Amino acid sequence: MTKTIRRRQILKGSALTAAGLGLAPLMRPRKAAAAEPIKVGILHSLTGTIAIAEASVVDAEKLAIEEINGRGGVMGRKIEPITEDGASDWPTFAEKARKLLDRDGVACIFGCYTSASRKAVLPVMEKSKGLLYYPTYYEGLEQSPNIMYTAQEATQSVIAAVDWLAKNRGKTFFLIGSDYIWPRTTNKIAKPTIAKVGGKVVGEDYFPLGHIEFSSVINKIKASKAEVILSTVVGGSNVAFYKQLAAAGITGKSQALLALAVSEEELSGIGPENAAGFLSCMGYFQSVKEPANEKFVKAFKAKYGAKRVTGDTLECGYTSVYLWKLAAEKAGSFDVPKVVAASSELAWDAPEGKIKFHKSNHHLWKHARIGEFGKDGQVKILYESPLIEPNPFPKIL
Amino acid sequence: MTFDTIAMQVFNGLSLFTVLVLMALGLAIVFGLMGVINMAHGELMAMGAYATYATAALFERFFPSLMGIYFLVGIVVAFVVTFVFGYALERGLIRFLYKRPLDTMLATWGLGLILQQLFRSVFGPREVGVPTERWLEGAWHITGSISLPLGRIFIIGLTIVVSATVYLLLFRSRWGLRIRAVTQNRDMSGAAGINTARVDAVTFAFGCGLAGIAGSSFTMLASTGPTTGQQYVVDTFIVVVFGGVDSLLGTFLSAFLISQQQSGLELFLTGSMAKAAMLLMVIVVLYFRPNGLFAMRVRR
Repeated sequence: MTKTIRRRQILKGSALTAAGLGLAPLMRPRKAAAAEPIKVGILHSLTGTIAIAEASVVDAEKLAIEEINGRGGVMGRKIEPITEDGASDWPTFAEKARKLLDRDGVACIFGCYTSASRKAVLPVMEKSKGLLYYPTYYEGLEQSPNIMYTAQEATQSVIAAVDWLAKNRGKTFFLIGSDYIWPRTTNKIAKPTIAKVGGKVVGEDYFPLGHIEFSSVINKIKASKAEVILSTVVGGSNVAFYKQLAAAGITGKSQALLALAVSEEELSGIGPENAAGFLSCMGYFQSVKEPANEKFVKAFKAKYGAKRVTGDTLECGYTSVYLWKLAAEKAGSFDVPKVVAASSELAWDAPEGKIKFHKSNHHLWKHARIGEFGKDGQVKILYESPLIEPNPFPKIL
Repeated sequence: MTFDTIAMQVFNGLSLFTVLVLMALGLAIVFGLMGVINMAHGELMAMGAYATYATAALFERFFPSLMGIYFLVGIVVAFVVTFVFGYALERGLIRFLYKRPLDTMLATWGLGLILQQLFRSVFGPREVGVPTERWLEGAWHITGSISLPLGRIFIIGLTIVVSATVYLLLFRSRWGLRIRAVTQNRDMSGAAGINTARVDAVTFAFGCGLAGIAGSSFTMLASTGPTTGQQYVVDTFIVVVFGGVDSLLGTFLSAFLISQQQSGLELFLTGSMAKAAMLLMVIVVLYFRPNGLFAMRVRR
């Protein structure tokens, strides 16, 4: 008896709640559009394993929003960020993206870090006609009408890196990476490029994420006499890798090491003394000499503390917000198709220098920069490429 | 394949062996002797690592002149912190779950998650590293291409010391005699006047303390993050289960086999494939010898 009554009550209660939730947005009085802030979503991991890398991207995106609001917002409307935590869990990312689009009605989302999280969010964006700005360098092989990619795709860094290394450091390469899609795709692009510049791959090795035992592969690297080690090892494994390299006497002098996944930010975890002398290839370093960068670094440190450093993904997050603002202003609308259309060949003086969107493929024309890590954790830039055309679907694959 | 490469490889295998032994000793006691499936064992290692990191930070701040020995102090601090934590854990949680192994698994798994978030809140989500001691930097160069990293030699030495201590405590001391008595027949030991509850608590705490030492020494090899423990705990369980849960000697032999195979295969296969091959060996062996490779007793 009591059981049925209870169930019925619960059913009734939940039906009412559901109706209430559904009606709530309709019942809210509409204010004049000019005064109402425009909502955007920020969707990164604030907890869980990837929070290490993503939490500071949120800082940069919030800084950009604050700056824009300080100067009157976008088309007279202030930006109101709604931050959601993807919790390093891919289904959570999809669920939160759905919430931001369907419940909050955000104009766009700045978010995702790993390719796995982006792939989880992609169908949601396409179904709900949302717009995602993705600020992480990645393997390419993707072009969604509902995603703008504001960091390097693989060809934009690896080809420049291989060319430069072959000219300046040597032509025998040892490829080492973590075992997932980004390092493997990157090396797939690297190998024909190495052949093209007359180089040779003398070894290739992959390790599970989080691996910390590199002594055997270091032994292999030594035996292979490779002049250049091209590393796509990511995350915490790098600490172990660099410490063990240093102990084995590989310090970047006799055998060069270029990392494609280590920015200034990761360096604080690795310990600058372990990486000094090694090379890095990125679209942006804190040491880039551009007036826009000086302003960016100063503002970032003023807001978050003098000890904080900027890095590639962080800068791309910051740039994303401005690119969205410019596109919306150019389109005169926050409508997703109009913003996307206005983004074609849209240019901006970013901290990394002048960049612009490709005519049609949603990626950016970007510089590749190669630099050497110093003991202070900063990068001395040795080479800066001209703007490189994005090519997310390279023929060599 | 030159002689130098082979010599280095033998050293690498030996080094990995000691790392695995250090990881597994604590669990061999907690899981092997006491039968507690402690899923938070990895987090205890991370706790030891963080204790060492905190020691380094304190020394840098207050006794910069003594930085040369902070690491030795850090190991002791790591042991004490995890020992005390383990003692409290046994008294507060584990002892209520001795007869419910599945609940123990769940409870310790949850505890692991809580600890991870605690590390994240206290030390931040970023991985932290400790400065390398001057006297542990670099390598001992024997010939041109044979050079043995000093950090690894230190870990080998530390493992020998720890193993010898464990051996002496378990098999040559009064306390060890009591532990063995309690694990063999709890009721009889109680009847003979042994305070079994106290023995349980100290044994569990000692196992946790060993995890702390392991975590502390790994700061030399890698960085420490909130989820570091999860990376270690799987390997740790594999070593203990593969060797036969109730055999300390088995733990050693299994660590030796696994490390030799892993580092040997890495020379010919990629790192991922070597790991897969090692796991395959473990599966095949456990299929035919479900009690582990070196299980001595069959009757339970």
